[in-house]
Amino acid sequence: MVTIQNLHKKFGKNQVLSGVDLSISEGGIFAVLGPNGSGKTTLIKAILGMVIPNKGDITVLGENIKKNPEYRHKIDYLPQIANFPSNLKVKELIKMIKDLRKPTSEDQRLIDLFKLDPFLDKKLGNLSGGTKQKVNLVLTFMFNSPLIILDEPTTGLDPISLIRLKDLIKAEKAKGKTILITSHIMSFVEEISDEIVFILEGKIYFKGSISELKTKTQQPDFEHAIASILTDNHA
Amino acid sequence: MLKILKYSFYDLMRSRWSYVYFAFYLLLGIVLLFLNNDLSKAVITLMNVIIVLVPLIGTIFGVMYYYNNKEFTELLLAQPLKRSSIFMGQYLGVALSLSMSLILGLGIPFVFYGLFQSSAIWDFSLLIITGTFLTLIFTALAFNIALSNENKIKGFGYAILLWLFLAVIYDGLFLMTLIMFEDYPLDKLSLIGTMLNPIDLSRTLILLKLDISALLGYTGAVFKQFFGTNVGLIVSFVMLSVWVVLPVSRIIYKSKKKDF
Repeated sequence: MVTIQNLHKKFGKNQVLSGVDLSISEGGIFAVLGPNGSGKTTLIKAILGMVIPNKGDITVLGENIKKNPEYRHKIDYLPQIANFPSNLKVKELIKMIKDLRKPTSEDQRLIDLFKLDPFLDKKLGNLSGGTKQKVNLVLTFMFNSPLIILDEPTTGLDPISLIRLKDLIKAEKAKGKTILITSHIMSFVEEISDEIVFILEGKIYFKGSISELKTKTQQPDFEHAIASILTDNHA
Repeated sequence: MLKILKYSFYDLMRSRWSYVYFAFYLLLGIVLLFLNNDLSKAVITLMNVIIVLVPLIGTIFGVMYYYNNKEFTELLLAQPLKRSSIFMGQYLGVALSLSMSLILGLGIPFVFYGLFQSSAIWDFSLLIITGTFLTLIFTALAFNIALSNENKIKGFGYAILLWLFLAVIYDGLFLMTLIMFEDYPLDKLSLIGTMLNPIDLSRTLILLKLDISALLGYTGAVFKQFFGTNVGLIVSFVMLSVWVVLPVSRIIYKSKKKDF
């Protein structure tokens, strides 16, 4: 699905990614974890072509991503901070993104799911952070692409929306999609993900299932396993 | 690109500031016409305002729009769109909506005053054309500054400095050089100096068209000889176009290399 080879990225003097090799197979939920500033978002943005790597190759569904924006038709991306033009109404934004990508009828189902109907005619500038995030989720999930990338999807969501989000993610997985998630909420990651990719100091430190991680670190639960990696490496 | 352009344009058309800008020109046009009662004089006064104000507004709007829409641009970048079309669309959206405020804001009062029956129509058109050029130029420069500076405050600072330099400081330096080297023949130098600054170029272009170059003495005669002819006019417009094309191509170049 996604293959990354020897990926290097530097921001000024700050080496963020130093030789990432990663291959993500088709189907399943992959959680990208790591301490703050470890390069999770950079890695995701490199896959999306938003960050241009200094070195290395990325292929998505067999296509090298350089110089061809068309592969992004196959990716749904949820950005970390949802901030939309404040003059637009929710309805208009959804229509606009559909216009820019492709027609879809999925949006109505998602609007119903997140109970966004009363907000459709409101301007985006007047929405709360959580509601914006729901709009963001609608925009992401409505296209039914084979690869879904979620950067901190839980930000600002209330408990009930969080449950709906989990169900939604599980339903997408059941359709055989590949889902990449970054999150700092360990219980969320533990509940939902099939495989963990742990990034430390710009390299892949660990890739495997949660139980493998527990065995490797000799810790009884997931949260402590993550914590033990961090303390052992002084991160 | 056209879709992005359409949405940026609509977005700006609905922003309060576009109306304020439009209303300002409308008011300015009306007040000038009724105080002056003379189309040609109104055109000169307008020129003085436009030459300074259009670049300032273009720069500030451009920088502001870019920084305000940063997150949304990131959302667009994740869509299957070319980078160049995203940024060109946004740039044109800003530049065209500003130009429209200018053209309509000034055009409406002048048309009602009887522009089409007047001989000032060419002077007025020239004013509008240079005003539009200045909008295109300074919005493009603003986008360049914003693309190169992650820091909002720095970006704003550089934008204001750029405007201040081209609108005020350049003239001062230019004048000082002329005084320092007054013993030498300076007509070529001053011609080139004028060409290199879009604000000066626009000002000279309009002033000479208005036939008040007699006030400028010998240099005025040289300028008149150059700008007054068709060749001069064409060269000036080519220069203004170069001033649009260079920053625009840097927007495209820069946006392809940038990380978001």
